Amino acid sequence: MTTTSTTPSSPVPGLVHGVYAEGEPIRDTKAPAGPIDRRWNTRKFEASLVNPANRRKLSVIIVGTGLAGGAAAATLGEAGYQVKSFCYQDSPRRAHSIAAQGGINAAKNYKEDGDSVYRLFYDTVKGGDYRSRESNVYRLAEVSTNIIDQCVAQGVPFAREYGGLLDNRSFGGVQVSRTFYARGQTGQQLLIGAYQALERQVAAGTVEMFSRHEMLEVVVVDGQARGIIARDLVTGEIETHLADAVVLASGGYGNVFYLSTNAMGSNVTATWRAHRKGAHFANPCYTQIHPTCIPVAGEHQSKLTLMSESLRNDGRIWVPKNAADCEKDPRQIPEEDRDYYLERIYPSFGNLVPRDIASRQAKNVCDEGRGVGPKVGDFRRGVYLDFTDALKRMSAEAVAEKYGNLLDMYQRITGENPYEVPMRIYPAVHYTMGGLWVDYDLQSSIPGLFVTGEANFSDHGANRLGASALMQGLADGYFVLPHTIRDYLAKGPFPKLEESHEAVVEARASVDARVAKFLSINGDRSVDSFHKELGNIMWEFCGMERSEEGLLKAIDLIRGLRDEFWRNVKVLGSADTLNQSLEKAGRVADFLELGELMCIDALHRRESCGGHFRAESQTEDGEALRHDDEYAYVAAWEWGGQDGAPVLHKEDLVYEFVEMKQRSYK
Amino acid sequence: MNLTLKIWRQSGPKAKGEMVTYPVTDISEDMSFLEMLDVLNEQLNARGEEPIAFDSDCREGICGMCGLMISGKAHGPEVTTTCQLHMRSFSDGDEITIEPWRADAFPVIKDLVVDRGSFDRIIQAGGFISANTGSAPEAHSVPVPKPKADRAFMAAACIGCGACVAACPNASGMLFMGAKITHLGELPQGQPERDARVVNMVTQHDHEGFGGCTNIGECSSACPKEIPLDVINQLNKDLRGALMRGE
Repeated sequence: MTTTSTTPSSPVPGLVHGVYAEGEPIRDTKAPAGPIDRRWNTRKFEASLVNPANRRKLSVIIVGTGLAGGAAAATLGEAGYQVKSFCYQDSPRRAHSIAAQGGINAAKNYKEDGDSVYRLFYDTVKGGDYRSRESNVYRLAEVSTNIIDQCVAQGVPFAREYGGLLDNRSFGGVQVSRTFYARGQTGQQLLIGAYQALERQVAAGTVEMFSRHEMLEVVVVDGQARGIIARDLVTGEIETHLADAVVLASGGYGNVFYLSTNAMGSNVTATWRAHRKGAHFANPCYTQIHPTCIPVAGEHQSKLTLMSESLRNDGRIWVPKNAADCEKDPRQIPEEDRDYYLERIYPSFGNLVPRDIASRQAKNVCDEGRGVGPKVGDFRRGVYLDFTDALKRMSAEAVAEKYGNLLDMYQRITGENPYEVPMRIYPAVHYTMGGLWVDYDLQSSIPGLFVTGEANFSDHGANRLGASALMQGLADGYFVLPHTIRDYLAKGPFPKLEESHEAVVEARASVDARVAKFLSINGDRSVDSFHKELGNIMWEFCGMERSEEGLLKAIDLIRGLRDEFWRNVKVLGSADTLNQSLEKAGRVADFLELGELMCIDALHRRESCGGHFRAESQTEDGEALRHDDEYAYVAAWEWGGQDGAPVLHKEDLVYEFVEMKQRSYK
Repeated sequence: MNLTLKIWRQSGPKAKGEMVTYPVTDISEDMSFLEMLDVLNEQLNARGEEPIAFDSDCREGICGMCGLMISGKAHGPEVTTTCQLHMRSFSDGDEITIEPWRADAFPVIKDLVVDRGSFDRIIQAGGFISANTGSAPEAHSVPVPKPKADRAFMAAACIGCGACVAACPNASGMLFMGAKITHLGELPQGQPERDARVVNMVTQHDHEGFGGCTNIGECSSACPKEIPLDVINQLNKDLRGALMRGE
C-alpha cells in the first residue's frame, strides 16, 4: 500500500491517508473448486432443495423491477414462493434497463465464427481489465445461451434474418458476432419480456406488486435480512414489509454525478441503506464513462443522452488544431487545421479505441481549450463526430439506413442536422461496475440479503464490455439467483417476526425521523442545487482522470457540502402526499455519503485499470498502467459508522485460467 | 424566450383542481420541455411555493413515464414523447396550457401525475406468453419469418405511455391493447393463448372504464412510437375469431 503525507484537512490519526482503515481480508467467496466448467453445476447440485409444498410458506422481497429484479420476481413466483416486488416508478415496465440500446451477448456461436462459452468468458475477463472473478464470469458466459432461449419463448422480437433465424452483430471490439438485438431497443424488448412474465405471476397471485414505492431501510434481525421499510410515494405512508429473504436489484449509482445517462430517479438508496446496515460496498470507484453522448447544452441540463457507439464505425472524431478556430462553423475549417486526434495517437485502432480511452482523450483536448460547442462554465465540452466522409463514401441513403434513428434523435435534441453539420459529442457517465459486494451465491455480507444486476459488483471488473449489462441482469435474475437463494430458503422455516420486534421498530423509527428531518430544515437551497454541486465535484475529481491531490480535495468538498445540506436544504410540502422534492432529498442525502466513499476508493487504488484512471499511474505515452502485484483484489468497504472511517477488506483475485496482460491499442 | 404557462394544479386525488398561470422568462430553445418545468419548479421552491408534480424518468423517450397534454395535444406539437420535446418547437410570447392525461381510467394523483395501473392490469389479464423460466426450447427450434418478426417488433415498440388514451375522445385503450395483441399474435410462440388473450384483455379494458373505439385515429397520430392504426383491426379480427370459436 502506498501512503503519502498528503491528507484531507482534518485527518484522523491512525488511518491510511487519514480517511480509511484496513480490516481483515476476505478469504472465501464460496465458489466451488475444480474445473471452471464444472463449478456452477456443482453449486447447483449442492444447493439444498425446497419442497414445492413448502415454497408457498417462504417469502422473498425484491426491490427493483429491471432485468435483474423483474426476471427474479417472475421466476421465484413461478417456482411458488411468495414474492413482494417493489419499484419507485408507476409501473414495473419502466425500470431503466429499458433504455439499453445495443444488444445482449450470448455464446450461441450461431455464426460458427469460433465463439464459445470459454471465449465469452475470456473476453469478459480481459475487457474487465483483470479485476473480476473468474468463477463468476464463467458462469455468466455459461448461462448466456439459456437467456436467449428464454427470451425467444416469451416473445421477445429479436432481429431475424430472412430465413427466420436470429441475427447477430459484432459489438464493442470483440472479433466474433455474438450480440443479439432488437433494433436500437434491445433493453426495452427484454424488459417487456420480463415485465410480462412478472405480470403473469401477479395475476397468478404469487407476486404482489408495489409500484410507486421506495425502499428506505433494510430490516436486519439477529444478523439476518428480514424485510424492508418502504414509503408509499402516493400516500406518503411508511410501510413495514417482512419476509424470509431480501433481494436488491435496484440498479447502479451513476446519478451521483448528477448528469449521467441514467434515469432521473435512478438512485443508490436501497444499496446504500443496506451498506450502512453491514453490507460491504465493493469497488465503488469503477464507473464507466461512455464516449458518444450528446454534450451538455447549458446550466439547465437535467440528463445526458447516449448515442450508440456504433457511430464511431463510420464517423471521424476531431477538434480544431487551433483554439482560435473553436467558435468557427466547422465546415469552414480546412482539413489541414483539423486534428483527428484518435487517428493521430492510435493509428491502428483510430476512432475505434475502447470506451475509456476515447473518453479520456476527448477530455484532454477540451482541457487544452480545443473543445467545441457552447461554453459551459469556462470550457467548451464537445468534440466533432463527423459523417462528411461517410456521406461521400456511402450516400446519404446508406447512412440513413444504418444510423437514421440515431441521427434523427441527435437532430431532435440539438436542433442541428447531422447530415449537414458535424455532430458534437462528449463523454458521459453511463454505468457503474462497483456495487454491493456479493459472494458466488450473490449473497451480500448480510445473510439473507442478495444483490443482483448492476446493483452488485460481481461480473464486470473495472470495465464492462458492450452488450454485457443486459446479459448479467437476466443471468442473475432468471438463472443464478433462483438457485442460490433456494439454498438459503431451504434453511427455513424462519422464526416468526412481529412488527413490534425491537429491530423492526428501530428501522421504521429511523425512516420516520429522517423524513421529518428533511421537512423541518427549511433552509435556502433546493435539493437539486446540492445534487448539481455534488455532481460537479465528482465529475471534476472522480471522473475520467483521478489524482491523489484532486481526490483529497474532493473528500473535503463533499464533507462540507454534506454538512451544509443537513443545515440548509429546503424541502417544501408534506410527508403524507406525493412529494417529489422529498423523494429527491433522500436520494441526494445518500449520494452525498456514497460520493465520499467513491473518492476514498479511487484514492486508495493507486493504479489505472479499466474505467479508473489515476494520473500517477500511466506509461510514458500517457496510457493506463495497472499494478497487478499490488492491486489485483476486490476492495470491499465496510461502513465505519456515521463519524467513523470506512474499513477496507481485500478479496484477492486469483487467475487460474486467464493470463493477465496490459492492454495496448497503439 | 418568455412564455405564459397555464398549468393544472390539484393537491391530491380527491381535491378540486384549477388552472394556474405562471409566467416564465429567459427560456432557452435548447431546453427540453421538462427542463423548462424544472426551471419553473426551482423558482417556485425558492419562493416557498410547492413545486409542480409531474412524472418523468428516462428522459430519452423510451420508458413511457412522462406524458402531458400540451395545449390540448398529447405530448405536444411534435410526434415524440414529452421528454423529447424541446422548446425550439415554441415561440417567444406563446401561451401554453399543460394538463395531465384526461381519462377516467387514469385518475389524477397530484397536479400532472396520473395513475396508469389500469394498463398493468390489462397486461395481467393476458398480455404475455406463458413460458416458465428454464422451460424454453432452443431458440432456433422455431424459425419466425422476418416480415412477421418485424411486424411483431413494430407493435412491441409501444412504451405504454397512455398518449393514445389521452388523445382519444372516447378515452379508449384499443391502440395500446392492439399493439400487444399484434406483437404476441404475430409470433408462433404466441399462438396457444391467442384467443384467450384477446378476450381477457378486452374484458379487463372495458372493466377499467376505457371507452370503445370509433375509428377516429387520434390515438395513432398522437403515438410517439407511431404505432399504426391497423393494430386495432388486428385486435378486432382476433376478437371476432376468438368469440366465434367459443372462447
